[in-house]
Order: sequence, then C-alpha cells, then structure tokens
Amino acid sequence: MLLIDQFPVIIVAGSALSAFTILLAGWFNRKSCFFISLSTIVFQFVLSLFVLHHVLTVGVIHYWIGGWRPPWGIEYLVDGLSAYVLVIVLFMSLMSVIYAKRTVEKQIAEKKHVTFYALFQLLVTGLVGVVVTGDMFNMYVLLEVCSLAAYALIAVAGGRALRASYNYLVIGSIGICFYLLGIAFLYSVTGTLNMADMRLLLPPLYGSKAVQTAFVFILIGLGIKMAFFPLHTWQPDAYTYAPSAVSVIISTAMAKASIYALIRVVFSVFTVNFIFQYMWMWTFISWLAAFTIIIGSVYAIAQWTLKRMLAYSSISQIGYIVLGMTLLGSHWGLEGGLMHLLNHCLMKGALFMAACAIIYKAGLWDIRDFEGLAKRMPYTSAAFLLAALSMIGIPPSVGFVTKVYLILGSLDAGQLVFVIVILASSLLNLVYFWRVIETMYMKGGKGVPEQKRDEAPLSILIPTVVLAALSIIVGILWLIGTPLPILKAAVSAMGVLGQ
Amino acid sequence: MIGWIAEHVFAKYNFWIATLIMLIGLYATIARGNLLKKLIGLSIFQTAIFLLFISLGDVGTMASWGLHSGTAPIVWTPGIQKGYIYANPVPHVLMLTGIVVSAATTAVALALVIRLYEEYGTIEEDEIAEKEKSTVE
Repeated sequence: MLLIDQFPVIIVAGSALSAFTILLAGWFNRKSCFFISLSTIVFQFVLSLFVLHHVLTVGVIHYWIGGWRPPWGIEYLVDGLSAYVLVIVLFMSLMSVIYAKRTVEKQIAEKKHVTFYALFQLLVTGLVGVVVTGDMFNMYVLLEVCSLAAYALIAVAGGRALRASYNYLVIGSIGICFYLLGIAFLYSVTGTLNMADMRLLLPPLYGSKAVQTAFVFILIGLGIKMAFFPLHTWQPDAYTYAPSAVSVIISTAMAKASIYALIRVVFSVFTVNFIFQYMWMWTFISWLAAFTIIIGSVYAIAQWTLKRMLAYSSISQIGYIVLGMTLLGSHWGLEGGLMHLLNHCLMKGALFMAACAIIYKAGLWDIRDFEGLAKRMPYTSAAFLLAALSMIGIPPSVGFVTKVYLILGSLDAGQLVFVIVILASSLLNLVYFWRVIETMYMKGGKGVPEQKRDEAPLSILIPTVVLAALSIIVGILWLIGTPLPILKAAVSAMGVLGQ
Repeated sequence: MIGWIAEHVFAKYNFWIATLIMLIGLYATIARGNLLKKLIGLSIFQTAIFLLFISLGDVGTMASWGLHSGTAPIVWTPGIQKGYIYANPVPHVLMLTGIVVSAATTAVALALVIRLYEEYGTIEEDEIAEKEKSTVE
C-alpha cells in the first residue's frame, strides 16, 4: 500500500491520539494544550490537501482497517465528495482553533482549558471520521463522538447554555437513534454494513417495506442532526449560547458533516434509482426545503440578538443545500447544493466570528446597541459587511454564485416557484442584514461621545478577515471555473451523472 | 385469522415488543417535565433499539419452530463437525458499541443535570423556563 492510502486513517486516529495527549500534557503544562491542538489540526489540514490532490488525479482511496476486507471489515473510502468535504471541515476547524485562543482565555475558567481543548480535538476527530468512513455503523459511532463532544463543549459556557445543551442532547440522541434503527432494518434485509456492498445488494429490494422504512428513519434522523425545518428546534439556543469558538465550529463544520452524512447515505447507498422510484417523496422534500428557506429568514428578521439571528439564518441556508440536492433535472442543482457546502462555511464562519468578536471586545449581544461600532472596530465591521453582502448575493461573492446555480437548476427542473423563493430569500436576507449594517455604520453621530479605536486582537481578527475576504475571492474563482474539477469529481462520486 | 396472527404476531414477537418499549420510552421523554425522567425515557428508548437489533441475530429458534436453537458463536472444531448452529455474533458486537455510546450519552446528560441543578436549584423543566424568562438576558 502506498503511503497516501494511510492518510485518511492517520487523520482520524492521529486526531484521537492528540486529544488524549492534550489531556496528559495538561497535567504538566496548561498552556501547551492550545499549541498541541493547533499543530494537530494544521497537520491534518495539510494531509487532507494531499488526499484531495490524490483523489482528483489518481482515484479513490480504499483503506481496510486491520487488513480485513469488506464486507467483514470496516472500510475507509475517500472519493471526490469525501475529499472535498474533508478539506472544508478541516479548514473551518483550523480557523476555529486559531480563533479559540483568546476567546477561550476570556470566556472559560482557567481550570477547564485542558478539557476544552481535548473535547475540541475529539469533536474534530468525530467530524473527519464521519467524512472518510465507508461503513454505515462506523458513521453512527463517529457521529455520536462528535455530537457528545459538541454537547459538552456547548455546556462549558454555563448559564443558559446548560439548558440549550440539554435540549440538544435529548433531541440529538433521539435523532441518532432513528438513524441506528434505519441501519437495523437495512442490516436485517441485506446482511451487510459496508456502504458499497449495500449499494449492490439493495436494488432488488427497493419495493420492500423494510427498505422504505429504513430510508424514512435515516432521513429524519440525519435531518434532526443537521437542523432541517421542522426538526431544528434545538439549533438556535445551541448556536447562541455556546462559547464563541464552539459557535463557529458547530455552525460551519458540524452542520456540513451532518449534511454530508445524509448525501452519502441517500446517493451512495440508496442510489438515484431508489429516489426515482419514489419521486413524489423527493418532490415533497424539495418543497419543504423551499419553505425552510423562507421561514428561516422570516424567523431571523424577528430576532434582536445577533447570534440568534445568524442561527436562524443558518436554518435558511441549510434549505439551500437540500434544495440543491433535490433538483435532479440537470447538473446545476446538484453542483449548486454541493458548492454551497463550502460557500456557507465561509460566509457563516466570517459572520459568527465577527459577532463573537464584538461580544469579546465590546460585550454587546443586541443589535440595537451597535451604534457607532464601525468607528470603534473598523476591520471587524468591514468583515461583517463583506460576509453580509455575500449572504445577500451581491456579485461576485460566493452567495451570488450559489444562487445563480440554484436558479439555473430550478429552471431546468421546470419549477419557477423555486426561482421566486430564492430571489425572495435574497430580499429577506437584505432586510435583516441591513438593520445591522445601518446601525453599525450610519448611526451614532450625535450625542455619542467620540469613539476610540478598540479593535479586536489579531488572533481573533485575522481568521475573521481571512474568511470574509475568501467569501469574495472564492466567489470570483467559482465564476472563472478554477475549482470546478473538484465539484465535478464530487458529483460524479454521487453517481448521478449519466441519468 | 389464527394463521395470520401466528405468522405476523407470534413469529415476530421481538419486533412488536421492541416497538412497544420504544414508544414507552419516547412518551416518557416527551411528556415528562422532570429532566431526570426525560433521561430515563431516552435510556428506555435506546435499550429497546438494542433489543430489536440483537434479536435480529437469533438463528434457529422460533424462526423454524425447531428444537435446535443457535448457540454461542465460539468456533470449536468438534462442534462444527457435529453440525451445531451458531447465532449471528455481528448484531451483538454492534450493540455492545451502541451500549457504550448510550452509556457515554447518559453520563454527559447526568453531568448536565447536576450543573443545571446547581445553576437553577430545580430540575423541573417548566420551573427552569420560568426562571430563565424572569432574568432578562
């Protein structure tokens, strides 16, 4: 076996080992925990870039744990879609951990720092494990690893975060148990847990009630995990009250890993043929996604707390990705949905980072208190402005590219209503983002004392500005077409082209 | 009629019982306001899923109404020569992992309940909601 074949398992196992190293090293030196975590995530990110390059040039990576061949052993399978989401997840983890240094020092008691970084590293382990695994039950275990770490990380903030984390725990556990029930039904009819093997064994069984029930259970279980309306009720509290670094990583990387799990199970195990057999159900999901897009934005308009507004906005953006998944008429819809995996990470990451920087430096949660903030924190406000323009969909930002692809996909599918939904959601985004931008930039002239420059420290500012700048630069790159081969490889891995 | 009941209820009694226990657990999680009772309901729900999965591995008992049931899956050459039937070990192994996950979830949840009690002085959900509403954010 080549060395590159070992990289997926090194990424996962090395991350788990690093979590325990952080716990051990924390006994001796509390300051070292951040640096161990940072260096591990940098190492994982570099490895993931090599993995992506290998998958694009040579082909799919197979790794059999312990040397046991499928269907008896657990297989790690990295194809175009896995490599793409792996790079996204690790990049957002890297940005979050750089962001975490100052915010953790301020928000969390000193004696909890060691366990915080250990849990953070375990969260990253779970996330990358979900992305590279090729075994259904292994995906259940790793989803639970990252969820448990997330429950504990959210609760570290104390106060209202405790109840938010408890609600997330109960609802999330029910969700993942539904996924386990789906695996039980699939195992009882096929006798295997390997995804590729199940894909070959399922086609004669598409009419059986067990397979249909399994599909519904898995859809609902993973829908709870990714906060798809109406299963989203745990999400606003969890995103709002979590510590800053945790807010950033769970709203970007963890949401994407859950959506990847759904895409992987629906398109690689139950293939497109299954969906075509029950097209009415898939059409229902697309209408539900369109409804999500509108209702998420409407909820966001009603919020005055900035973090809560961004949380509801995330629900609306998940609707974009699911809408892209359900438009199977041409390649535009699917590519738009997959592209939004990266785009939403960049935009929402920049927005959450800016919001938490404002909380870190100025202690302000409510939008109405932001008057004159642009003079005090110019770079943070500029980053927020760029990311907000990207969410609204101003060309050439990433938000604009996603909306163009989804509109073309809707037109190809013959659904004009979805075009109207996407345009209406841009207007709704404008409403609630303009409130914030106007208060930051244009209010606070009279009667407010002279504002001194009080910008956030560099380790917070740099990830924010990098993500905001990337949300424009990557948009230009998507339009030129540079990263398109990655997207083509991901879509072909889903096995939809050629239908 | 008796044939239908015998085939769909008696032969598949494991599925019926597991579903009944799952529903009891879900009801407790949703309908009880006490945080600990919710956790007990969650635990019952997860246990029912494990029972369902493990019962899938049963070979040779009620499935064929025969006398020979699947025995413990330990490889023993004289046993194979005598033609022993072995139960499927894979569901047992998978559910061991599931039980570990469930135990970890319960541990984290109980730690959260302790912290909630320290913070709010009560573990009734509606009283906590009242206290949160009264303290302005």
